[in-house]
Amino acid sequence: MTARDDLLDLLVEDARHTTADLARMTDLTEDEVEAALADLESEGVVAGYQAIVDWEKTDREVVRATVELNVTLDRETGYGDIAERLARFPQVKTLRLVSGDYDFLMEVEGSSMHDVSIFISEKVAPVPEVTQTVTHYVMTTYKDRGVALNDDDDDDRLSVSP
Amino acid sequence: MGLDISERVRSVPPSGIRRFFELAEERDDVISLGVGEPDFSAPWAARDAAIDSLERGRTSYTSNRGLLELRQAISGHVEDRYDLGYDADEEILVTTGVSEAVDATLRALVDPGDTVAVVEPAYISYVPGVIFAGGEPLRVPTREADEFKLTYEALESAGAADADLLMLCYPNNPTGAVMTGEELEPVAEFCREHDIGVLSDEIYAELQYENEHTSIATLPGMRERTVVFNGFSKAYAMTGLRLGYAMAPPEVTTAINRVHQYGMLSAPTTAQYAALEALRSCDDEVEAMVDEYDRRRRFVLSRFDEMGIDCFRARGAFYVFPEVPTDESAEAFAEGLLREEGVAMVPGDAFGDGGEGHLRVSYATGLDDLREAMARFEAYISD
Repeated sequence: MTARDDLLDLLVEDARHTTADLARMTDLTEDEVEAALADLESEGVVAGYQAIVDWEKTDREVVRATVELNVTLDRETGYGDIAERLARFPQVKTLRLVSGDYDFLMEVEGSSMHDVSIFISEKVAPVPEVTQTVTHYVMTTYKDRGVALNDDDDDDRLSVSP
Repeated sequence: MGLDISERVRSVPPSGIRRFFELAEERDDVISLGVGEPDFSAPWAARDAAIDSLERGRTSYTSNRGLLELRQAISGHVEDRYDLGYDADEEILVTTGVSEAVDATLRALVDPGDTVAVVEPAYISYVPGVIFAGGEPLRVPTREADEFKLTYEALESAGAADADLLMLCYPNNPTGAVMTGEELEPVAEFCREHDIGVLSDEIYAELQYENEHTSIATLPGMRERTVVFNGFSKAYAMTGLRLGYAMAPPEVTTAINRVHQYGMLSAPTTAQYAALEALRSCDDEVEAMVDEYDRRRRFVLSRFDEMGIDCFRARGAFYVFPEVPTDESAEAFAEGLLREEGVAMVPGDAFGDGGEGHLRVSYATGLDDLREAMARFEAYISD
């Protein structure tokens, strides 16, 4: 595995590792880590850093929905064109072209169900290429981006063992 | 007649680790780097297979030697990974952890008065196991100057030429030392010259960060004089499921099985199903755990280096073995560190000769705790 791969694995696991710790774990110098991160960012390999938040544990109401979209294409309009148009909306958090019964799978976020419904009906459904939308409201999230929420990770090992 | 404790048991002191365990239990803010087992849980597929076997009512004994399917999977695994060829029918015995395998093997091979050379620092069970089997342990210390590798000279100067058996463990608990095939060759030569049998505990074989594992049994003339031990506890994070195995030529396996069949009957059935699934489908999880240990290893080595602490570059298991940075004994230092900073490390002399003046530091603990423990260690030595 290259140092770049190592860095990527470490950042995926915890984007808040300090440069010093990244250097310690990869046997690189801090300067080399900084340079490698700068390259990864400028090449767009690392597109951003975000926290994984369990909104159910906060006072804020965050409503999430997964939306299946069917679209029609024509000579002038490809998937990429439609995706670009949809992705510009800040409510759209994830947008993927998928195989199967529908074309796009979209994750949408809003502050209420009403908010999300209005967005789908007024912004997404009217897009001329969109022929059908099926919206699934998220009721509970158990695991997000590889992190189990509500995970009981108490260490129940003996504190000292041979 | 009352219940008199046997001379053999009375001659074995309780483990030196026990005292530290009790000290560490006294407070609840302890970060323990004294743990000899993975902090991960077994891969979910293996746990799921264990649950499935229970749901299907597979709660009876298996054959003494273990499920044939499991022995076949082990045979394939050790061939793929370590170039070891052992026949599933005649040369593999599934046991209740490597601990049982070592105990049964010593009882199968040791006659009263036989000498078993034990390479130290070592896992704490070997010497007591030799004594319980009626043998005489001969301690063969290794030195930090040799990175705790066993050398021909160390065997010679400890008087191991007269030994009947040699017990070794690489990658090593507690030092994290590993030995390459080239480095094992002089050891093999010594054993061939003096007709010594080898008991090779390779439970940490999978946890090596800079080398591929070489089993001493793959060296010329060694297979017929070696018992190889391995198991699922460390690589698959299955310590509590208690599953290991011994591999040896047919007549030796039969002898070990004689002790096992009367003493244990068969290894836990549920654990055997978990192990079978572990071998079938958990390579990726093992790889991910190994990668994670390696990062922590580098982190801890870097931190000790930054603090100016002498610590040889351990390349295996999940331990590093730094020198005690003060004039105190390892025990006094470890006790002070525990009392004042709430960080538990095990004094090296708990693992026998050659361990004095060192600490066993386990990195089978999450990075956040390692970071905090290293900061507290630094604060302790700079006071």
